[in-house]
Amino acid sequence: MSGEVRLSRRRFLKFAAGTAGGLVIGIGTVGAVDRPPPLGLLGDAWTQVGPYLRIAADGRIFIGVRDPDNGEGTSTSLARIIADELDADWTRVVVEPLGLGVTMGNGEAKFTYGHQRSGDATSIPAAWADLRQAGALGRWLLLQAAARRLGVPAERLRTENGMVLASDNRRVSYADLASTAAGIDAPASPPPLKSPDRYRLIGQPAGDVDARAVVTGTLRYAFDENIGDPVVAVLARCPYPGGTLDNADREAAQKIEGVYAVLDIAPDANQPPGMAAQAPALAVLARDTWSALRGRAALKATWKADGSPEPAASALEQQALQAFDDETIAPSTVRNDGDTAAARKKAARALEATYFQPWVAHATAETPNCVVRLDPGTSVTVIAATQSPRQAYAVVQRMTGFRPDQIDIQVPRGGGGFGRRLEADYIAEAMSIALAKKPDDIRNRPVKVLWTRDDDLSRDFYRPLAVHRLNASLDRKKKIVGWHQRMASPSALAGRGVPDNRLWQSELVPDALPAGLVPNFRSDWYPLPSRLARGEWRGSPHVTPTFASESFIDELAHATNTNPLDFRLALLGDARQLPYGGRGGPIDTGRMANVLKLAAEKLDWSRWLRSENGLGIACAYVFGAYVAHAVEVAPTNDGIDIHRVVCVADVGRAVNPLGLEAQLQGATMDALSTALNLAITVKDGKVQQTGFRDYPIAATQPMPYEVETVIVPSTAEPAGASVVAVPSAAPALANAVFRATAVRVRRLPLLRELARLR
Amino acid sequence: MARISRDTLRKQMAQQGPTSPVPVPPRQEAGQTASKPVREGIDVIVNGKRYKHTGDPAMPLLWYLRDVLRLTGAKYGCDQGDCGFCTVIVDGKAVASCGTKMEKMRGKRVTTVEGLAAADGTLHPVQQAWIDEDAIMCGYCQPGQIMAAVDLLSRQKNPSDADIDKIGNLCRCGSYGRIRKAIKRAAGAMKDGKA
Repeated sequence: MSGEVRLSRRRFLKFAAGTAGGLVIGIGTVGAVDRPPPLGLLGDAWTQVGPYLRIAADGRIFIGVRDPDNGEGTSTSLARIIADELDADWTRVVVEPLGLGVTMGNGEAKFTYGHQRSGDATSIPAAWADLRQAGALGRWLLLQAAARRLGVPAERLRTENGMVLASDNRRVSYADLASTAAGIDAPASPPPLKSPDRYRLIGQPAGDVDARAVVTGTLRYAFDENIGDPVVAVLARCPYPGGTLDNADREAAQKIEGVYAVLDIAPDANQPPGMAAQAPALAVLARDTWSALRGRAALKATWKADGSPEPAASALEQQALQAFDDETIAPSTVRNDGDTAAARKKAARALEATYFQPWVAHATAETPNCVVRLDPGTSVTVIAATQSPRQAYAVVQRMTGFRPDQIDIQVPRGGGGFGRRLEADYIAEAMSIALAKKPDDIRNRPVKVLWTRDDDLSRDFYRPLAVHRLNASLDRKKKIVGWHQRMASPSALAGRGVPDNRLWQSELVPDALPAGLVPNFRSDWYPLPSRLARGEWRGSPHVTPTFASESFIDELAHATNTNPLDFRLALLGDARQLPYGGRGGPIDTGRMANVLKLAAEKLDWSRWLRSENGLGIACAYVFGAYVAHAVEVAPTNDGIDIHRVVCVADVGRAVNPLGLEAQLQGATMDALSTALNLAITVKDGKVQQTGFRDYPIAATQPMPYEVETVIVPSTAEPAGASVVAVPSAAPALANAVFRATAVRVRRLPLLRELARLR
Repeated sequence: MARISRDTLRKQMAQQGPTSPVPVPPRQEAGQTASKPVREGIDVIVNGKRYKHTGDPAMPLLWYLRDVLRLTGAKYGCDQGDCGFCTVIVDGKAVASCGTKMEKMRGKRVTTVEGLAAADGTLHPVQQAWIDEDAIMCGYCQPGQIMAAVDLLSRQKNPSDADIDKIGNLCRCGSYGRIRKAIKRAAGAMKDGKA
């Protein structure tokens, strides 16, 4: 049987009896209900219907998680959102990644599980909006089944930890009720959600559901898959954007033991970045990774840059500074309140500062890789860690011409994402190899493509380099009356079909603070030319400008002899709501002030003036989350030592506080490590970094042993967690470094600049 | 269409996996038999089982484990021995398997993360501590972190923070605080276990 519940105009629940008598529940988009759902959901072995929830007759509860988990903890948190509404026994829950949900409807692909995009901390807010209904419907059906079984009205039954209980102490397990429940029609309107005081899992700490598989080495990342004894490919790629092959010794590569073939791979120039292979390349196909690597080395491939080599950072910075001073260049003005020029004329005091940030890379732990099993004309299975399964699907569909039911996109847990896996270039590249003509003996074997670390660092979608010039006007009461920020960067949206007047959208956030707090406020963005591939990096439109704005606010506090905490609290003013055009708004200035105060208190901010160590603070509003960092830095002979780092976050209701704490700590560590040490540099037209020696990501020195976190209790709608603690960490560090050393670092990476200035 | 389920794939993989006892016959490669050098092979013991490597003696242990034995617990990270994702234990000492050639492995005993738990599935105290402290984030570096910790605890029953710092394995997600706690928890559990 099957039925549906209307939730809204756009979404409904559907449920059906599973093949083994279990209860199966899913959420779909309108129109898909009349068609059989695609095979392959939740592993085929259990059911053909309904991805989110299945109660098996043996009591196990299978929960499908739709969003990719690259370390954000969504496998755990999304499953617990469903399990709590169900009142499930968490110890019986089995979590499975769903892969892409796509089917054919009205001649076009329909995505049956929603966006499935894991980026910008979207998974939990989206799940909060719809996935709770899956659990609530399951619970409702089980209650009806128990009512029939026990002869008691459902209203007089309650549920607890996988059991339905009657007032006379009779109890029935969900397992016993599953098959009966599957035969009951759903209610006409959605069953009610739990009241929050009845949450037993949401808000309680939970360890990662994949922990045991990880620590025993049995969790299969994409690169661990060996379906059908795949041929292993590594590629020699042109390091010059727009460059071409000069010379390569294909014969020498072919002679290496274990090498099967050397193939030419050409990028599709008509495709936007991230939708096709990045560079011309030679792919070496071999029996195993070692043979492929030896074959690639034997190629001794050399490459030619074309006529206009990629400029070094210094050249781009010069262009930015010239553009800021050139009144004939019209920037994209993304926000303009009042009149900053007039405010400057009337100001008691005007200040200016310029900040520089380098290119940075993602350097995911698991380098890009992809396994493709292609049955020409019939089907294709793609196994890849991706943050955007739909993007992967679009690439595979274009390159094969297959129907949705011929394309299986499997998304295992990924070894880090950070925005790198929003791009599908490595999937397109693997597809090119799978589709290429190959020698007979390997023609039908799957292909597994590995990027080595130097491939990963030299051909990333980098966070754009940026230059910021900030001007502030202060009145006689030390109040900011004018704020003009100019930012120049090569947009990550360039070449992606976005009109020129929208290219700023990947670079900055118009309503980011102090917008709304300063009467005359203007924000301008200037494009810079570059042919390096660019992409999103952990909420980069928040991260990059916040370093400049939160450093500059600190400079203004210093210039006015004001404690920077007091200066910020005065700037925020009374608790009120500020309009915010981006996701998560409006901004509640009271919640912002609260996290600042808590961070200061935790670091014992009363020492600020007299402490020999430097104390620094900064805050940011990110996708509905309020975050503050407070950092204590001691000067050393050759640099600094970070004594303490405090991160306070108000993300609304914390679904899994243990997972949230990990996200806050990890994002803080990443932000600090990046600010301290990391830069991708271009010389002679190509990226110079090749490994962790020249790109020392996640280095533990001079970091503290621990990031101290405070999670603000809240019953507000949950915001995401995965990127929210990035933006304010680096400016809090730089502000502390200023107090510790009297050196204002306006250029990252910080340690190099500090050594130069001291 | 003939869609293959994940379970079926795993079964297929299991059948293809090199679980057969020693000696593993060298894989026959069509068209390459003539040029293939004759090698006596390198005997190595991995997780208590004997294997014979007849391929390139210069092949790094990492790729032998992953591509030949299909033991994928040790991860690839950098080829330079910098990240520690590929850490395994050879004759009682942690090594970066990416930089350890098979020709150096003659007669050696290798333990990978797959070989750490007891035969009955009881986890090693370090593995259990990792779960108890929820030390994994993306999890990719953790098999290497765990093997490095096992090595440390075999030498230092009560490691100091400085001892733990010397491990030097990278965690891109920044789970260092919890890794540190997990190592200390495991040290405590191992002491209690022996007492």
